[in-house]
Order: sequence, then structure tokens, then C-alpha cells
Amino acid sequence: MKAANAIQVKNLTKTFGEFTAVNNISFHVGKGEVFGFLGANGAGKTTAMKMLIGILKPTSGKAQVANYDITSHANDVKKNIGYMSQRFSLYNDLTIKENITFFGGIYGLKKATIKTKTQALINDLGLHDEANKLVGSLPLGWKQKVAFSVSLLHDPQIIFLDEPTGGVDPITRRQFWEMIYREAHKGKTIFVTTHYMDEAEYCDRVSIMVEGKIEALDSPKNLKTQYKVDSMNQVFLKLARNIE
Amino acid sequence: MSIIVKNISKSYGQVKALDDISLEVRPGELFGLIGPDGAGKTTLFRILTTLLLPNEGTASVNGFDIVKDYKSIRNNVGYMPGRFSLYQDLTVEENLRFFATIFGTTIKENYDLIRDIYVQIEPFKNRRAGRLSGGMKQKLALSCALIHKPKVLFLDEPTTGVDPVSRKEFWEMLKRLQKQNITIFVSTPYMDEAELCDKIALITDGKILQINTPEAIKASFPKKIYKVRSSETFKLIQDLGTYNKTHSAYPFGEYIHFTSTQSDFQPSELIDYLKANKHNQIEVLETNATIEDTFMELSK
Repeated sequence: MKAANAIQVKNLTKTFGEFTAVNNISFHVGKGEVFGFLGANGAGKTTAMKMLIGILKPTSGKAQVANYDITSHANDVKKNIGYMSQRFSLYNDLTIKENITFFGGIYGLKKATIKTKTQALINDLGLHDEANKLVGSLPLGWKQKVAFSVSLLHDPQIIFLDEPTGGVDPITRRQFWEMIYREAHKGKTIFVTTHYMDEAEYCDRVSIMVEGKIEALDSPKNLKTQYKVDSMNQVFLKLARNIE
Repeated sequence: MSIIVKNISKSYGQVKALDDISLEVRPGELFGLIGPDGAGKTTLFRILTTLLLPNEGTASVNGFDIVKDYKSIRNNVGYMPGRFSLYQDLTVEENLRFFATIFGTTIKENYDLIRDIYVQIEPFKNRRAGRLSGGMKQKLALSCALIHKPKVLFLDEPTTGVDPVSRKEFWEMLKRLQKQNITIFVSTPYMDEAELCDKIALITDGKILQINTPEAIKASFPKKIYKVRSSETFKLIQDLGTYNKTHSAYPFGEYIHFTSTQSDFQPSELIDYLKANKHNQIEVLETNATIEDTFMELSK
């Protein structure tokens, strides 16, 4: 397997009893790439992602994330990736500062490092007035921006984002993507799921999962040419359920 | 009028969730409340379905006052809350029968109304609701909200977190329901769904930005919009951000939507600026405003 790839997946499969959630998928994600991982609800995205972040063992197949095998070196995978999801990312009953300290501690950062990182994060996001407020009192968009920054605290090479912008207002949603771009520009690899098809257009490459399999994988531009349509939304509708 | 809201305000402690909201919905209309998480959408739903009292203002649903006639409203409306709230340990059919019974009717009596939706989950009628997939839960919840043949249907974010294909199917279902003379009041954070409503209210931070038809809202956009792209998107966003004639520059799929501060702005000026900043494959074309453009302009 090439070291240049941030993620390398080969014949990855996961079954639950009779049901095959992820069916023999293979793909790679290059270093510094913004990779969109799309699919309908129930297509197997979450199961695949759980295996890649080292919290679910595959039934068969292999994958390397940040050069670590997800089965034999799951803990090394966890140390070298960042993760945030729409459902859970920060503790609502802790302040922004407390959340940063908490997650910094979990990632094993030194006290002095946590202090500098906290200051930098608050400066970057312009949250001086909110730093001591409970996260629960913040608008969702701010929460998600803080959560993304927190997922970067331990300087991971790859960041997994599971529907990070669901329900977020349109302006903040765009600011969030600017943050994503900025990190990719610094060489970080981004692995992101979304239901907003305009966001699919912002990815370098996109895969579309249908019933456990990867049905398409290419740049948004090539996918649109291949399916003879002019938006990713139409590509998705065509592939995911054969709707014209 | 099917729904009348007059100067409704609601606060939770220091937080003003709704600030002087007024709107009207005609019988048979598909009315969309469009806004992000935290805009106050759910608070308005809870007030209109008589689950919450406003601090100020009045409202009526189907001619009934939300305070005085709350019992009549409860009998006349269907409500599908944002969070799945059926009985997880009852089967599909038991849930439906339960809701029919508490509204004093039977599944058989109003089956026509839900047939279209219910047939899709009927093969699983003996499965517990908790074990259904997201899409099936949504169809069951809608069937339960409809089983007593309500005059007004309240749907709070029925498509949040739902993929584009299932969202499309859900809206097709709503369009068919509308033909049965049901007034539908629906909320969504997805701006593209606004286009499918007869009328929409854009809401943010507890305030309504604008109420009109989707066409009129798009037409009200005050500036010329250009869609811009070049070979390097990230650099393009940064360079448009620092351009001295930029009023707004927002990514929209593969393009950036750009408006200028100058009323006599010429696209050639922008092309020259981008060339000077070493952009390649530059494209600047006039385009039409979307609901999302208007929303961002109004909430700026």
C-alpha cells in the first residue's frame, strides 16, 4: 500500500447477521484531499465510517488510515485522526474553554500546550466574549465551528466529519467550508459526509454509496460529465434511486 | 384564513425565541417556514399546536383561538414533531390504531387519505416502530398525523438529516396530500425545499425576514448576481473576500455567487482583477438569485 495515501481501503465488508451493511468496498483518499462520502440514508456510510475510525471491526477486508491498520492498530488510528459529528461533538454543560481543556486532556496534550491552543482557537474564531459561556447556549453554527477546531487540537493528519453542517444557517455553513478548505490547504485530509449537494461540489472527489456498495467515485466534474447532468444533486438522484 | 398569527412573541428566560411574528396561511396552502436551527421554528409550531403559550400576541388555527379553544384545535390538526415521537415498542399497525382510536376514528374510515403513504410501510406492519429505518419512521409518523383527517397539518422539519432522494419523495407526497384540501404548514432548514411551497416565510433569530411566494422572494433580490469560478476555488474565495468592490461572495456549488458594492459594476473589472491575481480559467456570468441568496442578503 502506498504511503502517499491517507486512507487506503480494500474489499472492506461488514455484515450484521443476514444483513450486509458494507459490501466489499475499495477506494483510497490522497493526502490533502477533500473527499466527500455520500449516500442515501441506510446506504452504509455510518458503518463504513465507524470501521475507518477504529471503533467497529470489519467482517472482512482491510483498511489503513494514517498508515495504521484499522483492525490491528485501532488505537493508533484513533490517536491520528480527528472526528466530529452532527449528533455529538461537545459537552453542552461545559463552557467552550472547559470543552477544549477536556478534549485536550483526552488527546494527551500537555497543560501548557492546551493553554496556548485554547487561546489560539478562541482568537481564530473571535469568541472572546463567549469563551466562558456554556456550549449549550451557543447557536448550532458556532458550536459546529468550535467542534471542528477541537477535532484539530491534537494536530491529526485526517479529519472525519459526519454531516457537520446539518441544520446550520447558510452563512455559517459557508464559513465552515472555508475552515475545511483552509485545513486542506495546509495538507490535512478531509473525509466528509453531507446531505447538501452543493457541498458535494466543494469536494475534490466524491464517492456515492448505494446499498452497501460504492457505485460511483470521481471528481464532481467528471461525475456530472459521466451522467450527463449539470449538478451533483442530479447525479445523486440518478444513482441513489434511479430517479430522473 | 386557515392560520392567523398576530404579533406573537415568546421568551425563554433572557432568550427571545420569537419576536413579534405575524403571518397568515390560506386554506389549502402549502406554507413553508424556512430557517436554520435555532431560528424559532419549533417554538412557533408548539404555540400553534397549543403545547406552549406565547408571552404576547394572538393566533388562531382553523378559526379557533390557540388559548381559548385549544381543545378544538387539538381535534382538528395533525402534528408531526421534529423528533420521532411514536411508541417505539408498539408495532407499526398498533401505533396507527392507537392514534386513530384516541381521535375517535378507525384506520378503515380514513384509509383513503393515508393509503398512498401507508402502503409503503404496510409490509412491515408487525414490526416495532423502534426497529424501522429513518425513512419508514417518517412515513409512519406522517400516517399517524393524518389518520383523523385533520384540516391543518403541522410538519416540523420532516426532512432534516434525510438524503436528497428521500427528501424528493417526501415532498411529492406532500403535494399529493395538498390536493385533498389539507392546509400544510411545514418547516425546513433546506432552502431548496422552499421552492416547492406556495408561500414561504424566511425566519432567523426569532424574526421573520420576509413573507411571499418563492418567485417574488427571488425577484426581490436587490442586486445583480454573478457566478464566478476559476481553477483554484480556495484562492478565489480569499481573493473575492479582499476585493474592494465585493459586497458579498458566497460559495454555491461549483461557483461563487458575487455581488458588487458598485451599481455600475462591469464583469470585465472583476475579470481583470482576477487575472492580475494569477487566476486561470476565469468565468464570470450573470445569474439569477436563489432563495438562499436572498436569505443570506437579508440576514447579513
